[in-house]
Amino acid sequence: MNSEFLIHLILWAPLVGFAINGIFGSSFSGKTAGFIACLGPLTGFVSTVLLWSGFDQTIQINYYRWFGTPDSFSVDFSVMVDQLTLLMLFIVTGVGTLIHLYSVGYMEHDKGFVRFMSYLNLFIFSMLLLVMGSNLVMLFAGWEGVGLCSFLLIGFWYKNPDYNKAARKAFVMNRIGDLGFMLGIFLLGLEFRTLDIPTLLSSMEHIESGDPKIILITILLFIGVTGKSAQIPLFTWLPDAMAGPTPVSALIHAATMVTAGIYLVARMSGLFNLAPFTLDVIAWVGLATAFVAATIALRQNDIKKVLAYSTVSQLGFMAVALGCAAYSTAIFHVMTHAFFKALLFLGAGSVIHGLHGEQDISKMGGLRNAMKSTHLVFLIGTLAIAGVPPLAGFFSKDEILAAAFSHSIWYFVILALTAVLTAWYMFRLYFATFHGSYRGSKETEAGIHESGLVMLAPLFVLAFLSVVGGFAGMPETISSKHLVSDFLKPVVADHAHSVSHSFEYILWGVTLVLLVLIVWLTNKMYSVNSAEVFRSGSGWVGRILEGKYYLDEIYETLISGPLRSTGTWFKNVMDPGVIDQAVKLPGLVFRNAGVALRPLQSGIISWYMISIVLGLLAMIYLFLF
Amino acid sequence: MIDKIFYVLSALTIISATLVIISRHPIRSILFLVLTFFLVSAHYVLLNAQFLALVNIVVYAGAIMVLFLFVVMFLNLNEEMVEVKSYLPWFAAVISGGSLMLIVTSALEKAVLTSPQLVSNYNIGLVENLGSVLYREYLLPMELSAVLFFIAMAGVMLLGRKERISE
Amino acid sequence: MENQIPEIFNAIPHTHYVLLSTILFVVGLIGVMIRKNVIIVFMCIEIMLNAVNLMLTSTSAYYSHAGGQIMVFFTMAVAAAEVAVGLAIIVMIYKNLHSTNIDVFQRLKG
Repeated sequence: MNSEFLIHLILWAPLVGFAINGIFGSSFSGKTAGFIACLGPLTGFVSTVLLWSGFDQTIQINYYRWFGTPDSFSVDFSVMVDQLTLLMLFIVTGVGTLIHLYSVGYMEHDKGFVRFMSYLNLFIFSMLLLVMGSNLVMLFAGWEGVGLCSFLLIGFWYKNPDYNKAARKAFVMNRIGDLGFMLGIFLLGLEFRTLDIPTLLSSMEHIESGDPKIILITILLFIGVTGKSAQIPLFTWLPDAMAGPTPVSALIHAATMVTAGIYLVARMSGLFNLAPFTLDVIAWVGLATAFVAATIALRQNDIKKVLAYSTVSQLGFMAVALGCAAYSTAIFHVMTHAFFKALLFLGAGSVIHGLHGEQDISKMGGLRNAMKSTHLVFLIGTLAIAGVPPLAGFFSKDEILAAAFSHSIWYFVILALTAVLTAWYMFRLYFATFHGSYRGSKETEAGIHESGLVMLAPLFVLAFLSVVGGFAGMPETISSKHLVSDFLKPVVADHAHSVSHSFEYILWGVTLVLLVLIVWLTNKMYSVNSAEVFRSGSGWVGRILEGKYYLDEIYETLISGPLRSTGTWFKNVMDPGVIDQAVKLPGLVFRNAGVALRPLQSGIISWYMISIVLGLLAMIYLFLF
Repeated sequence: MIDKIFYVLSALTIISATLVIISRHPIRSILFLVLTFFLVSAHYVLLNAQFLALVNIVVYAGAIMVLFLFVVMFLNLNEEMVEVKSYLPWFAAVISGGSLMLIVTSALEKAVLTSPQLVSNYNIGLVENLGSVLYREYLLPMELSAVLFFIAMAGVMLLGRKERISE
Repeated sequence: MENQIPEIFNAIPHTHYVLLSTILFVVGLIGVMIRKNVIIVFMCIEIMLNAVNLMLTSTSAYYSHAGGQIMVFFTMAVAAAEVAVGLAIIVMIYKNLHSTNIDVFQRLKG
């Protein structure tokens, strides 16, 4: 099959699925709808594999001229597939397919099943548009599409006001970032007269590094990234987004939406390379995000919240990689993270499903016997994210640490500390959930059950990927071939990093020792029979962490509060006092004028005649003299 | 000779028209109006517009004025109406009418009139001539005026029919 | 009839006819403004119409253009129709209000 046809298939199949389910879904049985929904991303995945097998050069398909100005500036509805896109396509369609499959099992009893599946399809379509868009407007369309879908999916159980609030929060936070992104696009279009990504990047060759305009543009783009990829200061929506059904959390946090920001920076790497200042900003924001989120995760008791904060933390890692201009490393981490985070989320979903909706880990424990398969895959996920060699997370995280070390010792120190924290909270989660003894009520204990095969199958696939995924990017100490960065070399402008081999060995050794220590400690602390250890701490550090650094409250006080009171002031003072009066004034003038003029219409016909004659006089006078 | 006739006729026309508007008695007004129409017809004759002179007498003095008279008689309006309460409307009317006349005559000063020497055909006012113009160039308006009459007739009948008050 | 110049065109300037029509028109106008009896007001309107007719006819005659006299013919037609309808309305009003005083028309005021 020719590759253009495959690209059509990849892009449009999920949309067709969405349309079919969205329009005719109400008349389908759950099985039919699920089958149709899964077919979309599955077609995409198969096509991606076929496309990859015959891939030799960048393919660009121009559907039509979208809009433009009479002078050369124009934006096309066009898609492009190069190495970076292809890799993202694998992640999006592959993990997307697994999550679709899993959702069929997880959501089968839900009333809105068909609606849910069609949203998922739309989400996949938007994400594909994002990664395949060959110009920034297309990318932005996909960007907005995933924003919309995340809003729809987080607020999927729309009868719960809290969930709606979470959905709204996600939407608004993203909107703040989108504003920056949009301004960045405008400036780019203004500066280079084109938004086509390949053209843009090729025109970068003539630009001097550190050009203030470029720095401004990249900073604006990065504001968009902070919104979508949940960086400080716009990350608070992501943990709240746990309101959505668990497959949504997996889809948003693992495979798709949050990686969009990382993808954007990697895609525009040629641009970002010209702005060292922005790269520093990205790195520091990433460091802060990674560290803050990891510390918050230490004290959370909601299984999904812990995973959410760990996602934020991992996104921080990726941002640091970007900030070190190690773009392929970031993408590599996106990939491995997609595997193990989807695995962890779906595993957590399986746990929640088995416990009939219980999400509090202080009420879990000892599940390793009741849910053997889930326990196994969750353990693999935990090991992978904690960075145990030779699982996926080890390689990618090691690479990020190396890049950070070669860039600055401070980056490395903070990042390494964060990595330790990551291992800590993940093992805490693992031991609290699966070890010790069950801490919930007796009645619920009887109902614990393992999930069905539809849900477990994707878990096993993801677990397998989490184990072997890292071998795609082995450090040169082990193998001279780094599959991911070699693959991405033509499209991503990496800076070369190298650390001495001895350092690598030391790093691994220290990692292993620390890991063993952490496992031993967390096992001791959290494999417990009582929920005592999960009670809120008394120390101020614990309180701050539990309160998530009170960021929501700070935003409320500093931003939302003043805005709201300004709005109230406008509503109570400005609106009735000034605007209403200004609107009423003309009406008042004319009414009073009418009252004043009414006596003129006396009904006395002689006067009318006289007035007519006078008017005639005036007119003749005006016309003739 | 003829200029004297013109001036006498003009004076009589104006006097008779003035008498129409100042007579207290409606019947008297009507009779002066008939006189005015006759005098205007005389002017038409002077202007060699015999056809119009005839039509004027037949239509105005004959038909229309009979209609007026008939209505006045029919409504029994013979007695005088107490008309004048204040003379303010009179003043206002005369002043505004006078200014209109003033302004029209002064406009006449400004008007560029081609000289009457251009006159070539003096018989246009005769029936033969007018008839041919009317039925050639103005055929459509002519027919339309017939329609107008028909509508007016229908309207009058509609207005004049007996109201069925009892229902 | 042979085509000979009527005396009047040499003896009297056209302007005099214009003046005469204007005076007649103004007289009619003043009548409309001051009289209270609707029928008289109506008659004054007829005077005004006649003034215009005279103007049209004289101009037509002085300038040898038949259009003016045709116009007069139409004016008469319209005037006849107008009088018929107008008088019918007056009769109706008199039937209802037992007056032809123009002041009763004040009731038509909105």
